[in-house]
Amino acid sequence: MDNFTPLSAAIGGTLIGFAAALLMLTTGRIAGVSGIVDGLIGSAAGRAWRAAFVAGLVLAPVISSLVGFTLPMPQMPASWVLVAGAGLLVGFGSRLGGGCTSGHGVCGIARLSPRSIAATLIFMGTAMMVVAIARHALRD
Amino acid sequence: MLLLASLLSGFIFGCGLLISGMVSPIKVLGFLDVFGAWDPSLAVVMAAALIVTRIGVAIVLPRGRPFLAEKCDWPSKTRIDAPLVFGAMLFGVGWGLVGLCPGPALVNLATLSPQVSIFVAAMLTGMALHGLWRRFPAGMRARSAMPIQVDG
Repeated sequence: MDNFTPLSAAIGGTLIGFAAALLMLTTGRIAGVSGIVDGLIGSAAGRAWRAAFVAGLVLAPVISSLVGFTLPMPQMPASWVLVAGAGLLVGFGSRLGGGCTSGHGVCGIARLSPRSIAATLIFMGTAMMVVAIARHALRD
Repeated sequence: MLLLASLLSGFIFGCGLLISGMVSPIKVLGFLDVFGAWDPSLAVVMAAALIVTRIGVAIVLPRGRPFLAEKCDWPSKTRIDAPLVFGAMLFGVGWGLVGLCPGPALVNLATLSPQVSIFVAAMLTGMALHGLWRRFPAGMRARSAMPIQVDG
């Protein structure tokens, strides 16, 4: 567990929780990123607050780079087909399943929603299986 | 005020993803790789986020309404149905393939990485396709009773 970073994880997680609690307490909305983005491209009501949330999300790395922390290039698979396929699955799956890591994994579980607990266990288990196959079964 | 609160929430959320390292697909895949050099950081991030969010829930629930709006706009569904299960599975496959989910993908747009742009474009396409599919005439679709409500 050489890569384990418990302190930054706890601080970052606290901030994520604070952000979700803030949105809940002020606007009564769920800080589920896939649902917020979907409402922006669809015909859902409340475009303005959704756009404001996404703007804040995208502004975070821009502001942080101004104070000296530049977000490094993420390491992604070289295959554009693979990246596009994964993006499609994440987009379609999050909408069919009614949420993603933030909406189900943080907000939903905090509300003790059985649907969110089930969804989180399923997508986490599935992702672990995919990584196990890609990194171990196919390479060993 | 409502917009400012949403902007601030998104900004703090993004800062949390940056500080926790969850913007890094390598870090996320390190958590998902339970048979490799497992990195439990994501579990700590989730635990911390859950505790703080739970405090928010505990404040707003007995109050009955949020501070800046008329009512809470929360999902009311409780049944674990087929769309939830299949959707979560599809999401899990995509998440496991590259280690990006919607929040970190949007934050990573700032790196101007072409791959991230492709991922986000595909993600938006996937969401739009779901929207189209849901509006399909019921007779042309095998399953007609799709949920309109979303959780998050």
